[in-house]
Amino acid sequence: MADTLTPVLTDNWGDERAWTLASYEARGGYRALDKAFSMAPDAIIEEVKDSGLRGRGGAGFPTGMKWGFIPQDNPRPKYLVVNADESEPGTCKDIPLMMASPHTLVEGVIISSYAIRANKAFIYIRGEVLHVFRRVQRAVQEAYLAGHLGKNIHGTGYDLDVVVHAGAGAYICGEETALLEGLEGRRGQPRLRPPFPAVAGLYASPTVINNVESIASVPSIIANGHQWFASMGTEKSKGFGIFSLSGHVKNPGQYEAPLGITLRRLILLAGGMRDGHELKFWTPGGSSTPLLTAEHLDVPLDFEAVGAAGSMLGTRALQIFDDSTCVVRATLRWTEFYKHESCGKCTPCREGTWWLVQTLSALEKGQGSEADLDMLLDQCDNILGRSFCALADGAVSPIASSIQFFRDEYVAHLTGGGCPFDPALSTAWAGQEVNA
Amino acid sequence: MTLTSDSGATERTDLVTLTIDGVQVSVPKDTLVIRAAEQIGVQVPRFCDHPLLAPVGACRQCLVDIPDAGNGRGFPKPQASCTLPVAEGMVVNTQATSEVADKAQQGIMEFLLINHPLDCPVCDKGGECPLQNQAMSNGRGETRFEGYKRTFPKPINLSPQVLLDRERCIVCQRCTRFAEEIPGDPFIALVERGAMQQIGIAEDAPFLSYFAGNVIQICPVGALTSEDYRFRSRPFDLVSTPGVAEHDSCGSAIRVDHRRGKVMRRLAGNDPEVNEEWITDKDRFAFHYATESDRLTYPQVRDRVEDGGDGRLRPASWPEAFAVAARGLQAAGATGVLTGGRITAEDGFAYSKFARVALGTNDIDFRSRPLSAEETAFLAAEVVLRSSVTYADLEQASTVVLAGLEPEDEAGMVFLRLRKATRHGTTGVLAIAPGMTRGLAKLNARLLRTAPGAEAGALESLVEHARHGVDKNSIILVGERLATSPGALAAAVTAAARTGARLAWVPRRAGDRGAVETGCLPNLLPGGRPVADPVARVDVASAWGVDHLPDAPGRDADAIVAALLAGELGGLVIGGVDPDDTADPAATRAAIEAASFVVALELRETDVTRGADVVFPVAPVVDKAGTFVTWEGRPRSFEQVFASPSSLPDLRILAGIAEEMGRPLGFRTVAEARAQMEEIGPWDGDRATLEGLEPATPSQPGQAGGDFALSTWKLLVDNGSMQDGDKAYRATGRAPVARLSQAAYDAHGPTVTLTGDRGSVTIPAEPADLADDVVWVPANSFGNGVLADLASPGSRVTVTKGADQ
Repeated sequence: MADTLTPVLTDNWGDERAWTLASYEARGGYRALDKAFSMAPDAIIEEVKDSGLRGRGGAGFPTGMKWGFIPQDNPRPKYLVVNADESEPGTCKDIPLMMASPHTLVEGVIISSYAIRANKAFIYIRGEVLHVFRRVQRAVQEAYLAGHLGKNIHGTGYDLDVVVHAGAGAYICGEETALLEGLEGRRGQPRLRPPFPAVAGLYASPTVINNVESIASVPSIIANGHQWFASMGTEKSKGFGIFSLSGHVKNPGQYEAPLGITLRRLILLAGGMRDGHELKFWTPGGSSTPLLTAEHLDVPLDFEAVGAAGSMLGTRALQIFDDSTCVVRATLRWTEFYKHESCGKCTPCREGTWWLVQTLSALEKGQGSEADLDMLLDQCDNILGRSFCALADGAVSPIASSIQFFRDEYVAHLTGGGCPFDPALSTAWAGQEVNA
Repeated sequence: MTLTSDSGATERTDLVTLTIDGVQVSVPKDTLVIRAAEQIGVQVPRFCDHPLLAPVGACRQCLVDIPDAGNGRGFPKPQASCTLPVAEGMVVNTQATSEVADKAQQGIMEFLLINHPLDCPVCDKGGECPLQNQAMSNGRGETRFEGYKRTFPKPINLSPQVLLDRERCIVCQRCTRFAEEIPGDPFIALVERGAMQQIGIAEDAPFLSYFAGNVIQICPVGALTSEDYRFRSRPFDLVSTPGVAEHDSCGSAIRVDHRRGKVMRRLAGNDPEVNEEWITDKDRFAFHYATESDRLTYPQVRDRVEDGGDGRLRPASWPEAFAVAARGLQAAGATGVLTGGRITAEDGFAYSKFARVALGTNDIDFRSRPLSAEETAFLAAEVVLRSSVTYADLEQASTVVLAGLEPEDEAGMVFLRLRKATRHGTTGVLAIAPGMTRGLAKLNARLLRTAPGAEAGALESLVEHARHGVDKNSIILVGERLATSPGALAAAVTAAARTGARLAWVPRRAGDRGAVETGCLPNLLPGGRPVADPVARVDVASAWGVDHLPDAPGRDADAIVAALLAGELGGLVIGGVDPDDTADPAATRAAIEAASFVVALELRETDVTRGADVVFPVAPVVDKAGTFVTWEGRPRSFEQVFASPSSLPDLRILAGIAEEMGRPLGFRTVAEARAQMEEIGPWDGDRATLEGLEPATPSQPGQAGGDFALSTWKLLVDNGSMQDGDKAYRATGRAPVARLSQAAYDAHGPTVTLTGDRGSVTIPAEPADLADDVVWVPANSFGNGVLADLASPGSRVTVTKGADQ
């Protein structure tokens, strides 16, 4: 069973003080660096291209191809920006990675920056996770002291400075152009594209923006070769990834496995569902990806198959909900999140999420009629694809998909005059109430 | 007047052909789809889009369907047409032909309205509101929203003048983008997020921009209103008449909105060649002067004591006043004419002709401000009839040199055009000024630090120093303040000649350039004809049907004042002159006192009218037609808004006096005056030259002690009498402070007492980018102004710690 796991990024998480340089180096850390420095930058880009590594931040864009877009004849400086603004409900992989093994990321940053010929890199960390921010800061400091960062790294003549930047508490800053705005000290709202960041990103200079996990995967690809990486995963979704299971499984947590693994296997790895309960619905990649149900237990979790099932692989944030959960209530909670996080720039997201919450709240209380369900779907239709960035698309995903799969449950709220579920039963402490 | 080559438009080779709603259209490359659609007559609804602001794509109202992006593939979802450039072969279906686009637009409109208060019946924008109009054209009739709306306490002040009703705001960002992009005053910004996102200001930084009023006009909803107009009228009750702004030499197109004989508000007109779609707050809000309680509404004559009267002014009929004025001027003997710089070109023509034909003199000057003989010669040699620089040229210039000119304060539209040029183009600004100012910084100007009075040397250095980048693609703009800087105007002419740069004179007042063109100068006749040229005099005399014109060189304004004091002149015809604006206010007052007979033409009661023998109420610009000539030399005609019987245009008054004198001007109306001006036309003979010119000397060589050179100019918003009547507008002005170098400030601040040869003033100080021996104060923001209360032009002042220290 456990052999389905492929611990690479998570391999050292259990080590004693895994986050320290000493611990990381003791396991061979920073050795990929010298191999990378012996290669031409373009060769590294080729290696990453050949590995088939696709962006781990959700969209799955080929990482090597993204690096190749950087116009190397542009006289302006090039920048690498690591998107560590992990805020998606259910997504919990970058933060544990940076907490447990920040040097994996730092090593990846160095190799990636060298490949795209950047002399300055930024790690933009979600501001709420101060402990992670401090840990990465300390790791960067250690790397400087050990000569992995700074001037003339490892005697190669290559210089790199890394800035660790804390966000200020906005989900939208995980959107790459909003992140750049925030990094530049402005209000975090997405930018008009084109120009794309590869051409004019941070400070109007060519910029690569990658997810933490993407960059952290680079050292292993360089160390072991692209064939090693491509030997894992499926035809078009190569390699391994961290699957974050949360919710009603016995052992929630991060499970690193090849892409293409099924939820059925992952639930087994996580010790199964809570006793006495069945899987009801789940998100494959965080709350922005349309819900799936028990009928999708055997869908291979790669970009293609999840897409074919009507959802998106996203960030492999598997939120598992069992039959104690009211889908209307869960959807309302997510929608409230999107309303709270809407940046306000464009109309459909700003006003639409405001309205969706009101409509859903009424439905949850059993107010309204079945016609309101169709109006809700029409609201979603007027938001989806009409907004400035993808935040609003994510906001309507759980609504549209939950009505698709659980329309009867919505109707039951209306006919029954309220929610038929006991919310206490879905809590982690259900059945453990202590009476004083 | 402006020769834009048509060939450029017709011979474009970078056209892109696309199909919109089944209609093929070719538009220049990079055109946005929303504007290409306008070419075939389809208006895609929009809010955030504004042709003069950078695209933002925020409101999403302009969604259209693109079945083919030009590459054979379509967009799966509707696209915002305000951010999408056209592509060859693109197919666009707007709401006119696409159900998808129509539904998308209706969906956005519904979203916009859920949090909008729909208080149209009490909203100032109701009736002219893009949200209201487009909700009708592109929205659903009934709302499906039954929830609760977001509300805010209302309204909040963004500035003393601009108010914000946040619940009406659809956060299209037009106002914030305007503030940042156009004037460079980003004092308003988005704050909060989601549905609570709103426009805000920092606690200690209100939206104090000289151009703030424009955001009210471009707001597509009723969120932004002015203290001045809020709740005053409804758009459908207003009558709109196009006009031209009378507060500077920029000639901005304005729209005067009035109701039952009263101006309710003024808006920017749309004139791409001049002010684009912007005006200064002065042009927008300063119109109440015409309805102040001290407006003169009937002629007055003084019953002189020597004639048995009580020595007081009393109301008189127009015919009586004409007769009394004519008799008095004939009895007074030699008479001078001071017109001020606010007159229309037609009125200037009347003054010019009145002086020459009725009074037989060349003693006429429009400059009611410090002047010099050097400037007089410069205007005749280099300004009149010249129109070699336009607003558009500023955008094309490699370098624009500013000398004696602070555009943000003194020529708002020149400032905005220069800012556009420096932001989007390759134009650089080089300022010959005592220090960097906020206005110059917004132009990203390089500073050629120059003490007041030393501009000539700086202008000369333009030729020698290639690093200044002054070449034949450059433009030198000189302000009227250079008049009293010895040799500066001559140096500017030389610099222009030697570098090939073009030269233009940017005066402050709307009538200045027109007065030059119509000969309100001692050395010029109408149409740029030199007084000294006998052929030119004969030319005008024959056109006017008079035997001859006076050939004696005339006196300039300073000399007229001196001659009145010396008894060489007896009579004075004076219109629109504030003695405190003149080089020597005390002398001007004394001269008016000394004159044996004074005819005053004024809008409102002033010290001048109180001392005059005959007072004529003249019509403000709303009550008459006229023409202002911009600093470029571009004539800007406007028509009468109101027919008011209580006052007449200057030209009608002068015609009445002249007829009583038996020397008629040959016109009584603006139209007749225009016809005569056309008939005379511009001079095609030899121009006056600058040869043999004596450099100007400060009108009082004020070495009267003092360690500080005095730099001063008028702020855009100040105590000028034509800005009276709108407290909110005045409150947006900059506080009067003395600016000093940091060292001088440390030594004397924070309050300083300045002492000059005419008095002393104590005002707050602030450190600024100035040399240690220069102090700057606003010219007309405290007391009676600098010239009356502090010092003579070009003199030095002492600075001491303020009295309350």
